[in-house]
Order: sequence, then C-alpha cells, then structure tokens
Amino acid sequence: METAESAMPGAIISGTLSPPALGVWQHRHVLDIDDFRKEEIELVFEIADAMAEVLTREVKQVPTLRGKTIVTMFYEASTRTRASFELAAKSLSAGTVSLDAARSSVSKGESLVDNLRTIQALGADVIIMRHPQSGAPYLATQYLDTAIINAGDGWHAHPSQALLDLYTIRRHLGDISKLRIAVIGDIMHSRVARSNIWGMSTMGATVVLCGPPTLIPRGLGEFIEHCQLSRVVVEPKLESALEGADVVMLLRLQLERQQSGLLPSIREYIQRYQLTGRRLSLAKPYALVMHPGPVNEGIEVSPEIAHGAHSVIEEQVSNGVAIRMALLYLVAGGKSR
Amino acid sequence: MAKNLLISGGRIIDLSQGWDRVGDLLISDGEIAWFGDKGKAPSQSDLVIVEADGLVVCPGFIDLHCHLREPGFEDKETIATGTRAAAKGGFTTVCCMPNTNPPLDTRASVDYVRKATEMEGVVRVLPVGCITKCRQGKELAEMGELADAGVIGFSDDGEPVSGSRVMSLAMEYSCDLGLPIMDHCEDKELSNGGLVNEGWVSVRLGLKGIPAAAEEAFVARDLALSQLTGARIHICHVSTAGSVELIRRAKDRGVAVTAEVTPCHLTLTEERVMGPQEGRDKRLAYDTNAKVNPPLRSSKDVDALIKGLDEGIIDVIATDHAPHTLADKMCEFGLAPFGISGFETALGCLMSLVHDGRLNLNTLVARLTLGPAGIIGNKSGELGTLKTGCGADVTLFDPGGEWVVSSQDFVSKGKNTPFEGYQFKGKVVATIVAGRMVYQDESVKVRKKR
Repeated sequence: METAESAMPGAIISGTLSPPALGVWQHRHVLDIDDFRKEEIELVFEIADAMAEVLTREVKQVPTLRGKTIVTMFYEASTRTRASFELAAKSLSAGTVSLDAARSSVSKGESLVDNLRTIQALGADVIIMRHPQSGAPYLATQYLDTAIINAGDGWHAHPSQALLDLYTIRRHLGDISKLRIAVIGDIMHSRVARSNIWGMSTMGATVVLCGPPTLIPRGLGEFIEHCQLSRVVVEPKLESALEGADVVMLLRLQLERQQSGLLPSIREYIQRYQLTGRRLSLAKPYALVMHPGPVNEGIEVSPEIAHGAHSVIEEQVSNGVAIRMALLYLVAGGKSR
Repeated sequence: MAKNLLISGGRIIDLSQGWDRVGDLLISDGEIAWFGDKGKAPSQSDLVIVEADGLVVCPGFIDLHCHLREPGFEDKETIATGTRAAAKGGFTTVCCMPNTNPPLDTRASVDYVRKATEMEGVVRVLPVGCITKCRQGKELAEMGELADAGVIGFSDDGEPVSGSRVMSLAMEYSCDLGLPIMDHCEDKELSNGGLVNEGWVSVRLGLKGIPAAAEEAFVARDLALSQLTGARIHICHVSTAGSVELIRRAKDRGVAVTAEVTPCHLTLTEERVMGPQEGRDKRLAYDTNAKVNPPLRSSKDVDALIKGLDEGIIDVIATDHAPHTLADKMCEFGLAPFGISGFETALGCLMSLVHDGRLNLNTLVARLTLGPAGIIGNKSGELGTLKTGCGADVTLFDPGGEWVVSSQDFVSKGKNTPFEGYQFKGKVVATIVAGRMVYQDESVKVRKKR
C-alpha cells in the first residue's frame, strides 16, 4: 500500500486517488477536533499543502470529487465560512447546493432531523452545517448516514477554523509544540476558542486564555482539570498573557455582549483588552497576530496592528480554503456511493 | 374481584408502626384487616392469595411531585396513562403539578382533574394548586377555594415566584389553610436560559450553565420568608449540596421546612448529558433525555443528596415525572424541553443505592411512604401506613428482581428516560390501591381459595 505522504499530492491533482489511502484517518464526520490525534491533524496539513498548491494555479480546480454532491446548510448567518467551503468544494469539482436554512422549511416548523433527512434523500454525499445550537451536528449524526462537517455549532466547536488557525501557525513558525499561544477575548461564547484549545493542546502548545472575567466561563478551571489539559492556563491579566507569546489570537467580541450586561462598556473593553502596538511588544518579536474574523477594528485590535507586519489575518482566510478542501477530500473521497 | 386478599409470606415494612418482619397481610373490603405471622390469618371465604415470599410488602409509594399533563398536553400524558405508569412504578398516590392548560388555578380545573381521575385513573391523584393566577407570579390564585377543592399544596412549579413580596404574601395566606407551599427554587435571573449544570460539562459542551447558586439563592430566600411568616414550605427537587446545607440549618433552628429529591438527582451526574453509560458509547453526545430542571449536578452534590436523604434532612423522594413526546426531545439540546419520565424507573434506580450500601432499605421505603404522607396529612384518609382499618394501598416489590430498562415497554406516553438500556436490580411486581390490584407483573403468583 502506498503511504499517504507519497501518494497524495499527485493523486489529488490527477483525480485518481480513490479512497483516501490513509490508515491514519479515523473519522466519518468532522464534528470537532477534540478526538483528533496529532497524526490526523498533520495529515490534514499535508493534504492542505497539496491543495494550497492547486489554488496557486491558473486553473484552480482538480477533478477529485467530481460527481459528489456537497450541501451547505447554514442555520445561522455566515459569509466567509460558507464562501470558503463552497470554494473548496468547487475547486474539487464537487456539485454544490447551498441552502439558507435559516429562511427555509425550518421556519415552516420542520424539525432539524426531518430537514436534514430530506437533504440526505436528495442525494447529498456531505452536509456542511452551521447551527446556532451547540451539539446540533451531533444530533444530525444520530439520525443520518451522510457525512457531516460541522461549520460551527453554537458556543461549542468550529473544527475547520481551528485547523486553519493551526495550519497558518505551522506555515509561519513550524513546530507548534514549543509555542506559547495567547487567546484573548470572549472565551465563554467562542467555539473558535473551544476547538483551538483541543487542537493546540494536541499539538503540544501552551495555551494562555485571557479575557474579561465575565467572559471567562465559570467551570473553565474544572474543565481544564477534568480533561487533563495540562498546558492550558487561564491568565486574567492581559499583559501577563501576552508576555513571551509566539502567537496572539484575538476573538471576535459580539457587540451585544455589552447590551446584555456582560461588559461595562465597549470603551472599557478597548482600554483593557485591545491589542495595541505597545501591548504587542510584550510578545515575541516575531509574534503572529490572528483573528477568526470578522474583525471589529478598533475594538479587539488597533487598525495599525490588524493591518501591520505581524498580522496573518488575511492569510487565515486563504488557508481556510485549502484546509476545507483537505477535509472534504478526507470525508468525501473515501465514500463509494 | 374477591372480597379478601391475603398477601402471604412477604417482608412487611411499615415504618409508621415500626414493622419490618416476614408475615401475612390480610385485606378485606379495601382496608387492612389483619397482619401477623405467616399462616395465622383468620380464615376467610372468597379469598385470593398472593404469594409474596422474597418480596417486600410496604405501604403504597406516594409521589409528591409529578406531571400528568392533563388537561392541555394530552400528547405527552393523560390521567389514564400517567396513573397506569404510576401504578407500574409502585405509586398508589400521586400529586400532580398544576402546570397544565388551563393551569390548576381555579376550582373548575381542579374539579376536572378529580373527575377525570374518577373516570380514567387507577391510582389516587391529589392535585397541587397554583400559587398565582396563571402561574405568572403576580396575583395570588384563589388559594382558599383551591384548598376547599382539595389541593394538597400550592406551587407554580417550573415558574418560580420571582417576586419576594408575592411569595411572602402567598406564604402568609397559606398558613390559615394549613397547606404547604411546594417551592420550585430557581432564580431565573441567575439560571438565565441555562441548560445544564454550570461546571466542566457546560464548558465542554458549549452550553449555558445553571449555577448551583440559582437554586440556593431562592432556597435561602424562601427559608427566610418561611421564618418570617411561619408558613410551611416544601422545597421541591433539591439538587445541590448547598441547598441541603441550607435546609439542614433551617431545620436546626425550627423552620417549618420539608424537602424532596428525585431518583435521577440521586443516581446521575451532569456527565450523563454527554451520553450513556461510560465505555458503552464513548462518542460525545448531547442527550436531551438527560435534560432536566434542576439540572443533573456534580458527584459531590449527589453524595450530599444521598447523605441528606439518609439523615432525614431530605424527607421525601419524589419522581418529578415529566413526560414528553419523542418529537419534543428529538431536537437540538437547547430547544428540547426539560424533564424525565420517572415513574417506571424510580424504584429500580433507587434500589441501586441500597445494593451499593449507600442507603438503608427501610430509609428508602420511609422516604417513599411515611415522608410524603406526613406532608399531605390526613385530609384524604391516612396514607403511607398499613395500620388496621386504613385504606389498603400496598406495594409489592422484588428487591433483587433484575430487569433492563426499555422505554418501549413504558406505560407512560413519555419515553424520555436517561436510563434506557440500564440494568436494574429491584422491581415493582404488584400495586394495590384501596384493596384493588391495579398492577401486577407476570411473576406474581395468585391463587384462589374458596
């Protein structure tokens, strides 16, 4: 049997690779990366490298998933994640159908399970779903045979985002295992933070979580202890969290958090938590500044930093397509329907 | 139906008389007629004999807290199905909560429940009336008329009375009526749309947590109001170690408080939300059948609840039987209603505490019989006892009887159980209400003697 490493790039490009010949890959669905092993994450990166190469070509398309149908079901508004998945599917020549579920039959009283069963009956090979309720894709896998990729569920998980974040870090800094990564902002409501905690821990990095006390979930310490995440620490002071960081990952602040009383004011958030040039100087000289987007410029990060030399925010978006191609390839490529 | 029923050779446990011995129990004309050594019963004609060797024979279980859903939510449960499920669980008396549609906030709706029970019920149903009109927490319901209609207490269960002034008025008003306020303690400002216990599981699943303090803040408030007004209060479904401690101290200083705990909160922890028994299915799940309010808590809380029950700080085990339809629960975790269908699994899961040596069998029986009977009082006849001359409500169970939970076999319309597939040791085999056998399983041996 060919090994994954040697077989992949050429095979993807020619479109001849049948099932991913990849003993390493253990997943039927991608619901979170909490159960990904290090080798699996590295496999995703290797495939993403090949995909990234495809995306640099004149014709940004390979026939790998020709004849497959990929449906995006977004029960919550999203532009970039959805566009990223759709571009990824099209670059692999899959047929795509995109349903704005927030406005479809769900609002006519159809249940999520019935709604998804309909899509399955229409012949979807992969359903990519985003949902405002944590756990919704887990419900889907209980009742469906179709492979599910979670494009974000409530506060719970956003696996493709975490993978593209890790991938971006790896491209710049190489070995992730020695790094100190500061994650700053609204930890409580962040599925990006939750998935990244798992991914970064699995890759061996130290994760420093920092944010306003009202946006750090009670129970976080207990969670870290229970799940034996020995390299995850909570650091209330921003300056200490930034000290010596290799990566500073900012989280989006939903402005309604202030309205619901979780913050005294946006003004105070800016004063205490905005990443400014002065604060960034506490981190390593080469530190990366990341943000899952969309950025509230002037709130989470000052405009100079958002567009400055440390920022890899736009690159995260480009890498997202390659990562999502890799995930689609792994999930849909192995099926013979 | 024969005139006389002899339950022969069982272990008779009646804590109201301090009995725990093997013997015979004779029921005549719906009343307890005689008890004593095996084979010594006065001879009777027209006699049915139930062989009870190896079985526990005790007063019928009394459930202070359940939801029969009728009127208004008959797709979830009816008085016909709910009382049959209760009978299968060994309950001879159940107290139904007033969150029906219309709610039990007028004599007419209480009368409806009584009438429906007479026509279709198989166990005694004692309604609980609302504290406030339409359970809105604003104006007191006509509590006097509800008392006359026969309610055994007042509760806005599921909707705590948030205003402290309204609650204090309700307590003052209830004093004269001699009925307890059955108190769902939850500060909704603190629980704030929470779904599971606040702790590591809520963080793990990305679900909003309900802190222990949401319950404890209202337990503390209402203990203070009880002390202020002298009213009797009964704390429903206690779920935290902190609440147990608050109730302990209140009892020490003489506050007129009693408390209940559910079988689920005694035997399951918050981790159950993430999926069934360990090892069997390690994949993460969001199990709506384990979504209940108050939420399943930590193992530290479970320990405190068991200890509180053992010591009598908690007086009663109540099921909070809350049936829902399959469709209600087959949805996103955040959208599913709270509640567990609890009648038919109550004894099985509680007996695991006895088999594990964590609870004495007599204590368990007391908390299912004597405890709730004391709170209901004698208005509708003496309950929770096998005293001669009392109505013959009797439950027979096999303490070692093994069975596997299958919700498909539930009599209740609510198949929403977190115990699906669990192996239990402890099984109700017969339930007798006023001398009439309302449930018996296939293992019961009955013979007729002429």
